[in-house]
Amino acid sequence: MSQARSSLPRTIGAHAILIAYTVIALFPVLVIVINAFKSRNAIFRQPLMPPTPETFDLVGFRTVLTQGDFLLYFQNSLIVTVVSLFLVLLFGAMAAFALSEYRFKGNSLMGLYLALGIMIPIRLGTVAILQLMVASGLVNTLTALVLVYTAQGLPLAVFILSEFMKQVSDDLKNAGRIDGLSEYTIFFRLVLPLVRPAMATVAVFTMIPIWNDLWFPLILAPSEATKTVTLGAQIFIGQYVTNWNAVLAALSLAIVPVLILYLIFSRQLIRGITAGAVK
Amino acid sequence: MGSLKLQNVKKSFGKVDVLKGIDLEVTDGEFVVFVGPSGCGKSTLLRIIAGLEDLTGGDVRIDGEKVDHVPPAQRGIAMVFQTYALYPHLTVKNNMGLGLKQAGTPAAEIEKRIAASSAMLSLEPYLERRPAELSGGQRQRVAIGRALVREPKLFLFDEPLSNLDAALRVNTRLEIAQLHRRLKATMIYVTHDQVEAMTLADKIVVLNNGQIEQVGGPMELYNSPANEFVASFIGSPRMNFIDGARLGETAKTVGVRPEHLTVDKKKGTWKGTVIHAEHLGADTNLYIDTEKAGLLTVRIFGVYNAEPGATVYATPEPGKTYRFGSDGKVMA
Repeated sequence: MSQARSSLPRTIGAHAILIAYTVIALFPVLVIVINAFKSRNAIFRQPLMPPTPETFDLVGFRTVLTQGDFLLYFQNSLIVTVVSLFLVLLFGAMAAFALSEYRFKGNSLMGLYLALGIMIPIRLGTVAILQLMVASGLVNTLTALVLVYTAQGLPLAVFILSEFMKQVSDDLKNAGRIDGLSEYTIFFRLVLPLVRPAMATVAVFTMIPIWNDLWFPLILAPSEATKTVTLGAQIFIGQYVTNWNAVLAALSLAIVPVLILYLIFSRQLIRGITAGAVK
Repeated sequence: MGSLKLQNVKKSFGKVDVLKGIDLEVTDGEFVVFVGPSGCGKSTLLRIIAGLEDLTGGDVRIDGEKVDHVPPAQRGIAMVFQTYALYPHLTVKNNMGLGLKQAGTPAAEIEKRIAASSAMLSLEPYLERRPAELSGGQRQRVAIGRALVREPKLFLFDEPLSNLDAALRVNTRLEIAQLHRRLKATMIYVTHDQVEAMTLADKIVVLNNGQIEQVGGPMELYNSPANEFVASFIGSPRMNFIDGARLGETAKTVGVRPEHLTVDKKKGTWKGTVIHAEHLGADTNLYIDTEKAGLLTVRIFGVYNAEPGATVYATPEPGKTYRFGSDGKVMA
């Protein structure tokens, strides 16, 4: 930044605000992680202290790894999240391409219809969804969750991606048509790489609510074989006694995969957020 | 071989008629330029010829064959776009070869054609680069090269020079003209710039409001425009139009080109005062507010010194005025 546009007090002020926000945002996460490594007594006596040699205890992690089948829960969460994410991005991008590229009757009406889901929470339809899943024999399967999450993620994906796809040069698509590329090749090889930052943005916004969801796993797939991590962690929360060591350890572990997925997308995400500002 | 015939081509977007029945014939080897103001339908017409837009009525024939339902890739055409439209993920070489590869041309033949056309456009040093590593002029040359290797019946150019800076525009214009002379291929070129139209075309098609106003050679359009619109569009600075009634003429409007007016400080047809003078070196544009004819632009070759406010007389050269009727058409 040039000298004329930055002044020391203003820089300090901006950083102070940003640091304060970071501390507030990270504080609960930090408390969960440090307490996951402490003994039960230490958690209650000094919840804000980092683990010391006396209070350091891995009992929570031991419980999590021996009681219940957490490896399976992780696998379930990961399968549901990744498959839903893939379907949301694929179908969302395809619908967005059709809406932005082709002129057909009811185009804008269709766009509005597909975007309606942003305003209406899918949980309002829980009873109907449950009846539907019972009728089709999908209760207690991961398929049920994947279907629901795909439906949940699509509206926002279509909305954001169709805006971005309108910006892709028509000339480029037409050049592809003249060179004899099929519409699928134009979509996958020419258009998708150009909207990659938007795809990453959509991926992050779609992925986090799916990974964290407790509602639909509890209702649609509570069986032992299909439990997700968030649901699995609930077994340690009892009505009278809660095994805090285990709950905190489970939650700490649950952060890891989503953090990895986020890091994969984040470089693209930053480009996506700043794309509009720089151009 | 490459001839094109348009019969009563119509196009509407919803209720808006963009093209209102275009008839045109282009013979083999011709360089035809579609020119007109923005929104006149020239680009839409080019897209219809390319097969990128469906037409609402009429038909398009390339080499006598009706192509209304033939996809763009099989029409035997190649197109150069305003924004270059190179594939960002492919090297220059693959950009040029993709169309042929899709059509199933043997690899050896593709190599041969790429070598030939990159030599013609001096693109050899850049063959392994990606479009992002090229300058604007180089990108447009690659786009032209991509059209060349397909050896099409028709070359279509959609405002190819609009994104280049002024100096490069003149160079590339020259290159396209030489290319046409060497290949003797049929080319159709869309532009809103009448200078490009005048310098490149064998035949100019002036479009306005989805209709053809006039078709003819550059000099034909300049010397005998069919109507007021063509007269005002071809030539720069623009033709002066004077209300016929003020001159006591039967014509609705009288037109005189700025270069067909002479200026004298003592005597002449129309007396007026100089409002502004533009000195361009090779010529001078004078804006004169005349008592009888209103505001006139006069183009004087060479340097002419006139202060704003000075009184001058403008005289049209005999036989160089145009008379237009109330329908805008030129009167006999």
